[in-house]
Amino acid sequence: MAGVSGEPAAPASERLCRCARDTGPDTGPSSRPLRFVAAPGRLAQLGERLVYTQEVGGSIPSPPIRYVRRVEPTDAELVAALRAGDEETYLRIVRDWHSSMLRVAQIFVPTRSLAEEVVQETWVRVLGALDRFEGRSSLKTWVFRILVNTAKTRAQREGRVIPFSSLHDPARVPEAAVDPDRFLADSHAQHPGGWSALPPVLPEDRLIAAETRTVVAQAIEALPANQRAVISLRDVEGWSSDEVRNALDLTEVNQRVLLHRARSKVRQALEEYLA
Amino acid sequence: MIDVEAFSCQELVELVTDYLEAALSPADVRRFEDHLAGCDGCTEYLAQFRRTIQLMGTLTPADLTPAAESALLGVFRSWSSGQSGTVEPDG
Repeated sequence: MAGVSGEPAAPASERLCRCARDTGPDTGPSSRPLRFVAAPGRLAQLGERLVYTQEVGGSIPSPPIRYVRRVEPTDAELVAALRAGDEETYLRIVRDWHSSMLRVAQIFVPTRSLAEEVVQETWVRVLGALDRFEGRSSLKTWVFRILVNTAKTRAQREGRVIPFSSLHDPARVPEAAVDPDRFLADSHAQHPGGWSALPPVLPEDRLIAAETRTVVAQAIEALPANQRAVISLRDVEGWSSDEVRNALDLTEVNQRVLLHRARSKVRQALEEYLA
Repeated sequence: MIDVEAFSCQELVELVTDYLEAALSPADVRRFEDHLAGCDGCTEYLAQFRRTIQLMGTLTPADLTPAAESALLGVFRSWSSGQSGTVEPDG
């Protein structure tokens, strides 16, 4: 039975996960850390459905409570698994990141098929350099930096002008979030810079319709590549601003400028569709 | 620069992401929220902006096609067999 005293120290893949303590009833004394195992006596595989056992006392309640929460592997564990030739781990990472990788590649190369080639070339380079991964950045950041370099090299080979400046200095070209015509003039007596007509209210029932999501997706596709990449990573893929900044080597300000422009345009597209 | 008494609507719409990302100074947050309190247009605008972000969170990320997956698995297998010392013909 897992959790009995005298058991060897838990390896990192069986880390305590206090955050799950409040997710369900009957999880035992709340002050007691929980430990996740796949089944009694067996460690969880990465991403597997988990049952819990208590750190102290070690009995599995009946019926067992099944958690779908994943124990996120550390970068060191991922790298070790890759080095050991673990295809499951590799495919899980590939699946998790593929869509984001395509988005980033498409900042630099014009088509999806070229982006797919860049992603493939990136994995060749990542695996080849895996022994040199030192953990100074996260694995994700490291992989995406390699992706960006690979994509730039590829774009140069294809003879494309790389939009470095538009990625790294977007503020150079000003861009209004809302058409200036929708505001009163700065010289207006009562409301300088105020709305000349209020934004129309968007009907909630249509906002939640499936077609509306298609409009949103199309609006994202229509964005300039750098804005499209940032908004996709942040708002579609759910990356943090730090992750995006690190992966794309952007300053905090430029990341926000790109994100703001992208969001403003998508909102505008929604308004045009719905109002 | 924005160091006037209050934000205009036109200024406010440029600051929505900064506001949502907690990148405004405390003084600017107050001006932002003071403006909202008295402005239906900007309140609606902010609500739409938030709604837009929510909607994007419901989109499905681009698929990994079976062809791409098998190509990427091939990359891993040839690397992995090289790792384990298997002698591979060099092409």
